[in-house]
Amino acid sequence: IHFILLFSRQGKLRLQKWYTTLPDKEKKKIIREIVQIILSRNQKTSSFVDWKDLKLVYKRYASLYFCCAIEDQDNELLTLEVVHRYVELLDKYFGNVCELDIIFNFEKAYFILDEFIMGGEVQETSKKTAVKAIEDSDMLQETVEEYMNKPAF
Amino acid sequence: MPAPIRLRELIRTIRTARTQAEEREMIQKECAAIRSSFREEDNTYRCRNVAKLLYMHMLGYPAHFGQLECLKLIASQKFTDKRIGYLGAMLLLDERQDVHLLMTNCIKNDLNHSTQYVQGLALCTLGCMGSSEMCRDLAGEVEKLLKTSNSYLRKKAALCAVHVIRKVPELMEMFLPATKNLLNEKNHGVLHTSVVLLTEMCERSPDMLAHFRKVSLVPQLVRILKNLIMSGYSPEHDVSGISDPFLQVRILRLLRILGRNDDDSSEAMNDILAQVATNTETSKNVGNAILYETVLTIMDIKSESGLRVLAINILGRFLLNNDKNIRYVALTSLLKTVQTDHNAVQRHRSTIVDCLKDLDVSIKRRAMELSFALVNGNNVRGMMKELLYFLDSCEPEFKADCASGIFLAAEKYAPSKRWHIDTIMRVLTTAGSYVRDDAVPNLIQLITNSVEMHAYTVQRLYKAILGDYSQQPLVQVASWCIGEYGDLLVSGQCEEEEPIQVTEDEVLDILESVLISNMSASVTRGYALTAIMKLSTRFTCTVNRIKKVVSIYGSSIDVELQQRAVEYNALFKKYDHMRPALLERMPVMEKVTTNGPTEIVQTNGETEPAVLETKPPPSGLQPANQANDLLDLLGETDVTPVIPTAPTSKPASAGGELLDLLGDLNLTGSPVSAPAPQIAQPPFLLDGLAAMDSQPLFNDIAAGIPSITAYNKNGLKIDFTFERSNTNPSVTVITIQASNSTELDMTDFVFQAAVPKTFQLQLLSPSSSVIPAFNSGTITQVIKVLNPQKQQLRMRIKLTYNHKGSAMQDLAEVNNFPPQSWQ
Repeated sequence: IHFILLFSRQGKLRLQKWYTTLPDKEKKKIIREIVQIILSRNQKTSSFVDWKDLKLVYKRYASLYFCCAIEDQDNELLTLEVVHRYVELLDKYFGNVCELDIIFNFEKAYFILDEFIMGGEVQETSKKTAVKAIEDSDMLQETVEEYMNKPAF
Repeated sequence: MPAPIRLRELIRTIRTARTQAEEREMIQKECAAIRSSFREEDNTYRCRNVAKLLYMHMLGYPAHFGQLECLKLIASQKFTDKRIGYLGAMLLLDERQDVHLLMTNCIKNDLNHSTQYVQGLALCTLGCMGSSEMCRDLAGEVEKLLKTSNSYLRKKAALCAVHVIRKVPELMEMFLPATKNLLNEKNHGVLHTSVVLLTEMCERSPDMLAHFRKVSLVPQLVRILKNLIMSGYSPEHDVSGISDPFLQVRILRLLRILGRNDDDSSEAMNDILAQVATNTETSKNVGNAILYETVLTIMDIKSESGLRVLAINILGRFLLNNDKNIRYVALTSLLKTVQTDHNAVQRHRSTIVDCLKDLDVSIKRRAMELSFALVNGNNVRGMMKELLYFLDSCEPEFKADCASGIFLAAEKYAPSKRWHIDTIMRVLTTAGSYVRDDAVPNLIQLITNSVEMHAYTVQRLYKAILGDYSQQPLVQVASWCIGEYGDLLVSGQCEEEEPIQVTEDEVLDILESVLISNMSASVTRGYALTAIMKLSTRFTCTVNRIKKVVSIYGSSIDVELQQRAVEYNALFKKYDHMRPALLERMPVMEKVTTNGPTEIVQTNGETEPAVLETKPPPSGLQPANQANDLLDLLGETDVTPVIPTAPTSKPASAGGELLDLLGDLNLTGSPVSAPAPQIAQPPFLLDGLAAMDSQPLFNDIAAGIPSITAYNKNGLKIDFTFERSNTNPSVTVITIQASNSTELDMTDFVFQAAVPKTFQLQLLSPSSSVIPAFNSGTITQVIKVLNPQKQQLRMRIKLTYNHKGSAMQDLAEVNNFPPQSWQ
């Protein structure tokens, strides 16, 4: 996976994870381009888009679009499963996750993503293990508060 | 100073902003506060401030001033700080900032930290954005962690190693020993990441690949895969009833790499592949993902044919699936395999053709490509029907490709000439404006070759443009045909269908409309004018009208038209006796696709049609010749367009020969062989020739340029005389005269020339190939040189001839060109 983008239906970015090195300007341009491409696709089309020399795999969950850019030899159908698994992890952690959760706790969304995917590859295939790792890490945070309601910051 | 506001507070506040400007203001205020807080080196709230900064970064605002702060957070002892610090590093830093190297030491320490989650953070950061320098420094630590028994760390270390290898491939070796035991783990996370690591190594290094094949990696993988499939329900890794699909797919992919081009490995995995292919549930996407990977693997390794058929059948089933994603994936895979397993894919042809009607653009494109790949002699009629229908209704972006594809397929498999012509007509009328430019010459040649269909073709074309002459390629082809076969049209000789009654005036009407119309491109107009001219020999009652039209365009603003009109006018006035011969019907042209050393001969009633060379249309100007490789130079064939006008497939007859006869090109009487291109080649040449040729005809020849002796050896003397035109100063016309002062004739004389890259060269045919002895006669040949950059003229020449019974050959450089010849 080269990068993962989460954005709303209005095109607002909620999360961006890059596994390749690109200048900031380039990233912004890419984001703009891809958001436009995906938002303009209608319901009837497939979830895959050929873009430059990559394949974009995207799926909409409620008001959020999840988009991954994969290489030619990667399995598109499996990437859909990867995206789904990520959403499941978020759901398990936040409990009925919605877009607001991701907006207000974006850093946790990143932490969860980092427990699931690293360097563009899946690192943990067990839901239980991944979530447990996050929860344990949370416990280590010095200010012991209830993270759902009273965040550490 | 009051505590900086909390992150969630900030987010909430910013979201209340109603305009972009308001948001910007809030952000700026907060940034200022954060900046001063950083300046104060406040440890307590640094974490909070950086987190806020990261949020603002995501909204698109600059956050580079937080980079150093991230480093400080990483160095802190607090886990909270480290977490945010590393996140910030991954978001704000990358290998292009010098600052990032400062992280290396921190990461090193954290890799050895007592808390695994800290180690995890460090591995994650290194594995996501580590630069090559960092990787080099820390590879040893990663390797150590790869051998730990802690599965949490082991899996992260494996992926970190993958990143290291990607950045610094030379380090791959050092991870090899650690891989020995990786697959003995029970932990799926470790298994998965290990497979990824092994895949990366095998893909990058053939040595590694060989090594892993030797150490029986395949049986090990097969075993693991088998366990996954056979073992019961495991809630931890289950996805819709399938056990750890991620791992299954990765194993299949690694098997693919191991089995590629390797019989033993392929055999070892045949069974498991068959098992997966038949037993996997296909009701959900997960199952299909695994099947997809299995199919890819089967097709790529040396599998037995039964397995391959199984794979293609799976793809066929995919095609019928309701899920568009699955259909998409199936079409993509079929496209990859259609060459190798053609027959098997043919079985699914009807399903593929149905996909042409799908709503998804990508699916349509793939279906179209596949359809073209599947056309053969048996199914061509049916397929064409579908494809023509598709051409009618598809999006504009497809039309050009579809049209080209149809032409190609029709050419290869046309069951009859009539069908072929009909198909072409259909394409021209449905997608006329999308047809590629190079199709026009090809079509014209095709039509010429179907001799018995001329009347039918011209009739249909005439009818087609009667209603609508806006589609340029259609109009071009039609104009050309009407020009050639107008007499058939008027005489009503069509056999294939009901002949229509057309008068000469009506024909001229339509051609004139094309000329006048604003929709006609300059190229099209050229076609029309030439067609009108040709009709002057085929029509009987309207010659005066034609003369009038031609003379009107003698003052056209369009230079191309003007030139043609003036020349045709001259033909009427001064050379009327030659007109019929010049404008005679074109003979059948043969298309030869080899680049053999043939001479392009004027094809016209007067000369023998020789085998013509077809060259692929040059994309833009190619260098006229490799100045240093004389052997490539074959007479006229290496000429490139002198003037890059749009390709006009002007009939080779009218223009070139006309001007050669009339121009001052010292050819001694024998049939003119102007190197005009035959239709199958983008005839820039002719236009260039026309333009160049016209110079001596209509313009003053520049005052005497001294001639030179270019070569004088062994009794063979070659003189160059020069002519330049005032109107086109980049052109120099050199006439060579070869004389022989020995007492025996020189036979089979061939003169070749090459010029440096900035020049373009055109060699016309020599007057003969024998130089008689005792200077009793000469061979003359004309060279035209285009020198747009006015560089000093240099030339290398090669002479071959037979003399006194032996073959002679010589190379020489000509450097003594007088300055007036090129300045």
